[in-house]
Amino acid sequence: MKFISHRSRSALLWLPAALFLALFYFYPLGSILQASFARGQGGLLAPLSEAFGSPAIRGVVWFTTWQATLSTLLTLAFGLPGAYLLARYRFPGKSLLQALSTIPFVLPTLVVAAAFNALLGPRGWVNLGLMELFDLAQPPVRFTYSLTAILLAHVFYNTAIVLRLVGDFWSHLDPRLGQAAQVLGASRGRTLRQITLPLIMPAIASAALLVFIFNFTSFGVILVLGGPRFATLEVEIYYQTVGLFNLPLAATLAMLQLGCTLCLTVVYTYLLRRVSRPLSLRPGAITQKRLVSWRERLFAAIYIAILLGLLVTPLVALAARSFTRLEAERGQLSQVERGFTLDFYKELGFNRRESLFYVSPATAIAVSLGYASATVLLALLLGLPASWALARHAASPLSRAFDPLLMLPLGTSAVTLGLGFILALSRPPLDLRASPLLIPLAHTLVAFPFVVRSLAPALRSIRPRLGQAAAVMGAAPLQVARYIDLPLVGRAILVAAIFAFTISLGEFGATALIARPEYPTIPLVIYRFLSQPGALNYGQALALSTILMFITALGMLAIERFRIADVGEF
Amino acid sequence: MPGLAIRDIQKSFGEVIAVRGVSFEVTQGETVALLGPSGCGKSTILAIIAGLEKPDQGEVLWDSADLASTPVNQRGFGLMFQDFALFPHMNVADNVAFGLRMAGLPRHQVGERVAEVLELVGLPGFEPRDVNTLSGGEQQRVALARSMAPHPRLLMLDEPLGSLDRALRDRLVEELRLILRRTKQTAIYVTHDQEEAFALADRVVVMNAGRVEQSGAGQAIYQQPASVFVARFLGLTNLLPGEVSRRDGRAVVQTAIGQVPAETSLDGPVTLLLHPDAVRLGTQGSCRLEGSVVERSFRGGVYRTTVEVSGVKLSFDFQSNQSLPEEGQPIQLAFDPAEAVRIYPAE
Repeated sequence: MKFISHRSRSALLWLPAALFLALFYFYPLGSILQASFARGQGGLLAPLSEAFGSPAIRGVVWFTTWQATLSTLLTLAFGLPGAYLLARYRFPGKSLLQALSTIPFVLPTLVVAAAFNALLGPRGWVNLGLMELFDLAQPPVRFTYSLTAILLAHVFYNTAIVLRLVGDFWSHLDPRLGQAAQVLGASRGRTLRQITLPLIMPAIASAALLVFIFNFTSFGVILVLGGPRFATLEVEIYYQTVGLFNLPLAATLAMLQLGCTLCLTVVYTYLLRRVSRPLSLRPGAITQKRLVSWRERLFAAIYIAILLGLLVTPLVALAARSFTRLEAERGQLSQVERGFTLDFYKELGFNRRESLFYVSPATAIAVSLGYASATVLLALLLGLPASWALARHAASPLSRAFDPLLMLPLGTSAVTLGLGFILALSRPPLDLRASPLLIPLAHTLVAFPFVVRSLAPALRSIRPRLGQAAAVMGAAPLQVARYIDLPLVGRAILVAAIFAFTISLGEFGATALIARPEYPTIPLVIYRFLSQPGALNYGQALALSTILMFITALGMLAIERFRIADVGEF
Repeated sequence: MPGLAIRDIQKSFGEVIAVRGVSFEVTQGETVALLGPSGCGKSTILAIIAGLEKPDQGEVLWDSADLASTPVNQRGFGLMFQDFALFPHMNVADNVAFGLRMAGLPRHQVGERVAEVLELVGLPGFEPRDVNTLSGGEQQRVALARSMAPHPRLLMLDEPLGSLDRALRDRLVEELRLILRRTKQTAIYVTHDQEEAFALADRVVVMNAGRVEQSGAGQAIYQQPASVFVARFLGLTNLLPGEVSRRDGRAVVQTAIGQVPAETSLDGPVTLLLHPDAVRLGTQGSCRLEGSVVERSFRGGVYRTTVEVSGVKLSFDFQSNQSLPEEGQPIQLAFDPAEAVRIYPAE
């Protein structure tokens, strides 16, 4: 009994996602394109050549490119030895180290910026400590608003990508290939150059590209740690939109950036496919050995110490600083009782300024939670049918056409998405300026690829075999659903929901452009506090960042816990 | 002629002791098979000889010189891995040429030598082929060519036929034997398959649980296994518990199938092996057995026959052209104890 044909069922499943992408991704992008071309009649390249006519814009493009290149090279230089360590050795605490190293990757940019600020900023531990120790009047370490800060934060962020992508691939590479080369007379160096490196090169290249794309579109880190001296394209689009209302220029820059990232994404997809070339991959258990010689141990000890230092120190500094009073509030006497305090957290509930546009941080938390819940709902409603279509109708032409389309928002920077919303959704026919759904819609766009990519493999894993096996053992159809399908899908839905929730809570780029001042989210309030003077503002920024950090970390731990096996398709 | 000698090698991985004091020698031009069940430590010994693993104790000598401080890549040995470990990013020619290039051979000589070894292994003209598209047998030959190309002083083969199907294996064993003979290659051949070991090797070293159980020519090992383990590993299953007693200074083993005279210095409980190849149909022999055929199955050249004697089941292979009683019929067997019986300490 088939009422609906296979094809039309797959079409029905794709319909919500298709409508959503059409309205909230392609329509806004179209508006950006239109805005970019609207101002001149000089043909297709006129807006670009006009933008490049300005030395300031040329500088921005140049800075964006070379800081991304430099950050990527540094990340590789730091990450590759770690990938080797994780790929080839077993040691106690390794899984904990792996889990820890992925946490920065999922932390909201504002939290990372705040964490480095709490460690090395003018009010951070290092500077206050040095001022105290040597009785200095000014903070001696100039970290914020420096290139070092940007590079360090980028390495902090993206090392996890290198460790994961390269380390995973490397750990499955048959060590006998290298041994065969050595028996044939190749020294360790030549084995590395002629055998190992060429074989893991696709993994290195795809990791490098992904890191480059992230650095290229870096926003929060540059805005907070780079300060006014440094602007990437992403930051410039934000300034042009929010500060100067030069929407046509912003649109042109967004198109330029999008073109670059899309090209890189295509290369990335191609390289990822190359990774799956015929290599007899081995389970990690076979390829890994213990740390035996003192040289191996020393290498492991030093690397782990530096990695933990880089990853953990800023986060601990952030949490600790948010509970510590170290300096006097403005207007108070310089004598201040130092030590543990909950003031920064208590202050979150008050509106000291009593200004119309000012809302208490507690309100921001409530707003953020509301947006995040709406995002979860939206993302699941759209993602479930799409994932089902991907899992069950994988061969249908519709699924094959939509699969890459779903990933497009991932390759589109958050600020670009925000700009698109401003241009497209603030005028008829679709005026959503006043709608409380505007931000959840943007967040759903960002979270959507993650939701689909965690749901689809789980749905695919429910093979008809499992149900048949259960049925043979005497399970009625309802019992099959109850004991087999639901537990499998249920966990996947939970994982997808947590993804959507944490992404929404931490999203900054798009939100910064489209949030209404009376309803700010947590990252926006952190940004406001960080850019305002005063120890109390600073403390509150850190307190909010700490809260956000803990929610995100908990979410990620839950995802690791509930994830079925080691699936994931990135 | 000197060659390889390993002395009292010991190696453990954490709690697991893989090799417990193994010594043997391989003289130049000789092929030695390391035969044993999986996990007996034979691959670990290869890794130690190659220099991929360091022994906890003991030494590896070549022409009486200790190799402990010679790194893997300077030992001049060849090693062919079980699943070949062909470099997937190189074609056949580059794989085979790898060792030659490492040795710094001039370019034109590399090409000549590659063609020569490919010819030797029966793959002439395969140079430009992609190794990922080769069949299992072809990959095996490329791996062999690669490990032989640089003229290794010692070629080690780690279960080189393990992953191939039976028919292909039989053919390749024969080819491998000819190649090793023709090139007078000094070689160690690791396998768990007694037929391969017997077919290829001048000498067989049987290993069990990290120790050498027996070493010698294949035929000697088969006819006179030195321990119950070796007997059982070679498929000799007619093992009976017995008790040695002495009458007039001559030993007699009392077993469930009767009394068997034996030459042994052991006393008390023992295990007795009745070698199936020395047991004949009929009554010609100093010891006789009367039983009945429980089961017989046709195996081509032979009938595998289970005979029950006094409640004990014994297994024999009889030529299928002999007249053999049907299942359930009585059968008479005879043997000479000096030929057919081996006595071991009781297990």
